[in-house]
Amino acid sequence: MKFFTRKRSAVSAKERLQLVLVHDRTDLTPAQLEALKDDLLKAISQYIDIDREAVQIGLEREGRSQRLVADIPLLITSRRRAG
Amino acid sequence: MTAQVITVTSGKGGVGKTTAVANLATALAADGKKVVCIDGDIGLRNLDVVMGLENRIVYDIVDVIEGRCKLKQAMIRDKHYPEMYLIPAAQTRDKNAVSPSDMVRICNDLRPDADFVIIDSPAGIERGFRNAIAAADRVLVVTNPEVSAVRDADRVVGILEAEEKGSPALILNRLNQALVRNNDMLSAEDVLDLLGIQLIGIVPEDESVIISSNRGAPVVNDPKSRAGQAFRNIAKRIQGQDVPFMDLDLQSGLWGAIQKFAGRK
Ligand SMILES: Nc1ncnc2c1ncn2[C@@H]1O[C@H](COP(=O)(O)OP(=O)(O)OP(=O)(O)O)[C@@H](O)[C@H]1O
Ligand SMILES: [Mg+2]
Repeated sequence: MKFFTRKRSAVSAKERLQLVLVHDRTDLTPAQLEALKDDLLKAISQYIDIDREAVQIGLEREGRSQRLVADIPLLITSRRRAG
Repeated sequence: MTAQVITVTSGKGGVGKTTAVANLATALAADGKKVVCIDGDIGLRNLDVVMGLENRIVYDIVDVIEGRCKLKQAMIRDKHYPEMYLIPAAQTRDKNAVSPSDMVRICNDLRPDADFVIIDSPAGIERGFRNAIAAADRVLVVTNPEVSAVRDADRVVGILEAEEKGSPALILNRLNQALVRNNDMLSAEDVLDLLGIQLIGIVPEDESVIISSNRGAPVVNDPKSRAGQAFRNIAKRIQGQDVPFMDLDLQSGLWGAIQKFAGRK
């Protein structure tokens, strides 16, 4: 059954190209992007508690420009650092 | 007269650059323009056979650069359009026989006496490509609706932007509307969204392209060919005319158009 619900190939082509082009244009491999995310979260966590499960960081395209978009929800842990 | 220099390039090989150059030049000549084509694919000369001029070659572009002939002597006049010329590539030399400044000089010499100079770039992003874009006022990037062709086109667009050649315009070649309808081929919208550049034309996959290249007569000469119509439209847009994009869904001419129009809203 699963065979018949397979994605049409044009959809796969577009999704794969979206990823490849972002990495080609930024000269950043997927592994480097993962490392960047880790470092970013480590740095932020030194100042504030974040909801690591809900974090979304990725490269987005807009026309011919790329941006690194991060959505990092914070945990409400009031006065954790007060003492 | 001061010619506009247009380079047709692609990144990936075999996507239709030479076909586009031969057809756009012919369509411009048919519109009364004076056109000089330059085959920039040194060592893999092809534009001559696609234009049906292979038997007339005496000198080539490297002969001009190395001073064995005058520029005029290397310009082969077309069989049908006396205002269209080809400067052929050298077949037995490599790309290093030409430099970007050679191309700029040749184009500057051509500018006063032509309306358009159209350069056929080799595939790739190396020396031959650099030569081909050196003198360009405007660059057209050809791609096919396929993953590898689009990826390579994006690389070329990136290089052109980095070189401050401005944003090129896209020719999407070999679109198969039946496959697109079936969601088994990237659509023109998909490719434009991915590449983020302006569109100058969509050319359908069309067997008349192959038949006409067998004969050495560009497909724009065939009034019934859909690819020919698409190239004629691109030639009009190059001249600054606002030609609506062809509806590639139409397979049966006017009757189809009427039916389709009636069926819509
Ligand atoms: N719209 C089309 N429909 C059908 N066949 C086509 C179309 N456009 C090009 N072709 C065919 O595709 C092949 C490659 O075309 P062409 O030689 O123009 O590509 P190219 O980009 O110049 O290649 P190269 O990179 O080797 O110089 C040719 O056989 C040509 O006839
Ligand atoms: Mg070619």
